[in-house]
Amino acid sequence: MITVTDLRKTYRQGERTITALDGVSLSVPKGSIHGIIGHSGAGKSTLVRCLTLLDRPTSGSVMIDGRELTSVRDAEIRLARRRIGMVFQHANLLDSRTAAQNVAHPLELVKTPKAEISARVARLLDLVGLTGFGDAYPSQLSGGQKQRVGIARALAAEPDVLLCDEPTSALDPATTEDILDLIHELTRTLQLTVLVITHEMNVVKRICDSVSLLENGKVVEHGPLIEVAATLDGSLARALMPLPGFKRTSALPVLELLLAGNSASGPVLSGLTRRFNAEVNVLAGSVEHLAGRQFGRLRVELDAEAPLAEITEFLESAGVQVEVAA
Amino acid sequence: MNFFDELFTNPGITEALPEEFLATIQMVGIAGFFTVLIGLPLGVFLHTSGPDGLRPMRITHRIVSDVIVNITRSIPFAILMVSLIPLARFLTGTSIGPVAASVSLSIGTIPFFARLVESSIRDVGSGKIDAALVMGSTRFQVISKVLLREALPGLIAALTTTLVTLVGYSAMAGIIGGGGLGRLAYNYGLQRFDTTVMVAIIVIIVAIVQLIQLAGDWAAQRVDHRNAATAGSGRRHKSKPGDVVGV
Repeated sequence: MITVTDLRKTYRQGERTITALDGVSLSVPKGSIHGIIGHSGAGKSTLVRCLTLLDRPTSGSVMIDGRELTSVRDAEIRLARRRIGMVFQHANLLDSRTAAQNVAHPLELVKTPKAEISARVARLLDLVGLTGFGDAYPSQLSGGQKQRVGIARALAAEPDVLLCDEPTSALDPATTEDILDLIHELTRTLQLTVLVITHEMNVVKRICDSVSLLENGKVVEHGPLIEVAATLDGSLARALMPLPGFKRTSALPVLELLLAGNSASGPVLSGLTRRFNAEVNVLAGSVEHLAGRQFGRLRVELDAEAPLAEITEFLESAGVQVEVAA
Repeated sequence: MNFFDELFTNPGITEALPEEFLATIQMVGIAGFFTVLIGLPLGVFLHTSGPDGLRPMRITHRIVSDVIVNITRSIPFAILMVSLIPLARFLTGTSIGPVAASVSLSIGTIPFFARLVESSIRDVGSGKIDAALVMGSTRFQVISKVLLREALPGLIAALTTTLVTLVGYSAMAGIIGGGGLGRLAYNYGLQRFDTTVMVAIIVIIVAIVQLIQLAGDWAAQRVDHRNAATAGSGRRHKSKPGDVVGV
């Protein structure tokens, strides 16, 4: 369990004071994956640096299992860092070490006995699907294999929290899927607490249990994936199920519908046509499976005679969220 | 007497040359040893104390980098050498001979080598340093396990360049009392117009330089695992083309 409370980071650039993090709070329970999504410049990198104590936050706290991480003195900072395993965008493996030696690196730092290191490294390489690749140098591995070594290395010191900073942003789509599946699987089997920082909505869709949207150093929206997806006017819901831009071409009424969970699979639209004898024209739609549930977002055009108020009431009673487009 | 007969009868070659050859090797050896001993930590310090280093020390870095290293490097070696004669006498008890010359040779090449070390270390990606810090490395562990180890191919190349420079400097040092091939070339080649000795010395010096370069390139390549083509040269990774697992 990792809890971040009111984390602030300001730094000076010449005369100006720049607020990179403006009171970020979040909480991730053990065994779940939390996504932090934001555009570049939203404060993601600063957040990562504060969580790993590469930078000291100006104020606020980071607690892992109730133990404070941020207020430690310099001497203890190395011990505190060991409680967070980190996966980097570009893996950041040492080119001079083989895959096995890279995984062994965190263990060497605390003088783990040689026999234990080699046993644990072999186990970790098996775990990430790189059995037999221990003697390969990073330059002989593909991008996805490097990232697997990076994940094994992050897990070597048995950290409480796995922090993934854009883990798939440098990978091709197929490899991205594989790496995300691996992170997902490891979270379940090892009961890790995982924070994934990313700008790719796809990462959130695929593996996250909950998500925070970071904008200008603030968390502007957060919650379990199912809840944020079920918020009709939320920016996360819009990003999860994007619809093309809307330009009105006629005076006909246009509705935006959000079908969350069970209602998404019900025959809502055909019910609408039958009951009100209305013409329903679907302008745009997006359907997603998120955390095992189906979500749909539709933009529909109705005919001019359609009784708008009654239709809205009917849809809402069926569990569909409705917004009349301007 | 033809050239080849003279090659084996000229006393400048048969008697003086072996001794002076050893003197040159001695100068390059001693100065090379101290250059690495002092220049390597100095180069590491130049990087780590710099603005983006592991432990920025603004004022100390300024003094070491801008004042000491740059001033030493900007004085032409011939002048530096002469001005360091009193120091050589103080340290070694004499101002002539290869040991005395090694003092000024070392001082001349330490800042040069330190700069090369600094720039090799600068090429180590900051992400690798962050990774090492996040896994709980001490600064010393970052230096020994990441900076020096990752920069090793560059450091070997830097040492190669420095040794070649030392061979050149040692010839200059020879003229003002250091001995070695430089003095022999000056005495025989210039003052006695003895072309045979001159040619022999040039050939030997070229051979020394080639040897250093070859050995340096070989060693640098052996420790370089940065690209796939050379990665296996140290320890071969046994894998058949077909056995790709995972991604």
